[in-house]
Amino acid sequence: MNGASVTVGEAPLATAALALGDDALVLSHRLGEWAGHAPVLEEEVALANIALDLLGQARTLLSLAGDEDELAYLREERSFRNAQLVEQPNGDFARTIARQLFFSVHQHLLYGQLAAGDGPFAPLAGKAVKEVAYHRDHAEQWTLRLGDGTEESHARMQSALDGLWRYTGELFEPVEGLAVDRAALREGWLAAVTEVVERATLRMPDGPQTGAWTAGAGRQGIHTESFGRMLAEMQHLHRSHPGASW
Amino acid sequence: MTNADWPLWEVFVRSRRGLSHTHAGSLHAPDAEMALRNARDLYTRRSEGVSIWVVPSAAVTASSPDEKDPFFEPAADKPYRHPTFYEIPEGVRHL
Repeated sequence: MNGASVTVGEAPLATAALALGDDALVLSHRLGEWAGHAPVLEEEVALANIALDLLGQARTLLSLAGDEDELAYLREERSFRNAQLVEQPNGDFARTIARQLFFSVHQHLLYGQLAAGDGPFAPLAGKAVKEVAYHRDHAEQWTLRLGDGTEESHARMQSALDGLWRYTGELFEPVEGLAVDRAALREGWLAAVTEVVERATLRMPDGPQTGAWTAGAGRQGIHTESFGRMLAEMQHLHRSHPGASW
Repeated sequence: MTNADWPLWEVFVRSRRGLSHTHAGSLHAPDAEMALRNARDLYTRRSEGVSIWVVPSAAVTASSPDEKDPFFEPAADKPYRHPTFYEIPEGVRHL
């Protein structure tokens, strides 16, 4: 299969739509992997709900950049523009929650800014910001309970925050076509995450967020090892039966 | 922590303003706040509700099946308790 045949818009709007759309699509798939494996039934439904919200956002965003199905199912790994944070494997439940916390606080603030503006993403962001507020609340509630829970849940949550910290800097790198106040975004994110982490009796990771020894470049198409496997699973059916429908 | 450690909660959903909360089902959750969120995900995701109550199942006192006869049967043969012996004046609607 040749991913080069997929038409991707080149305009700044398409670049930005692809970055946001791929974030939503990839995280949606990761959360969907919990189906049948979540610690409790109620939580499985909660995670699937969040995944479906993100999938809806991804469909709208990818449609701004080209054909949504082609973009999702026929692109090669190097053509995906999601941040590396969202492609990180689910790990244990604490790791999934840490990923949710870092991402959904960022997405909530970002969509809040976009919704307040009059750019091309304002209508989508206005609708999605309510969904994302719930995702953020879900992650915060669990961070508090795991951090301030048992000795084991505390240790797992701390290790999850520490392990994913180096992927967070990429969220604040500029994206062409996305007119937002990056400094305010970063400041708001750091304040919000710090508040929750400290309330959960955890400590903020002390490693660097950007620069050497951190991750990044997902927006340029460089992805981490597990992403290829995830894509293979996500795209397998569509590639095996091109054009199939229900 | 396993599901067995989590208490059971009864969920009541008000489907729209003016109606009363009706029992929708039950679920497990570690505490009331999480029960409310789980209820939102399980019982209102197709816009079935505008308000949710969660109540610990342990707080519900239920009538026992053994008491069914003394509790409910005496009501069965007293049709005069039902307001069906009135003539409804014409023009009175919604009675």
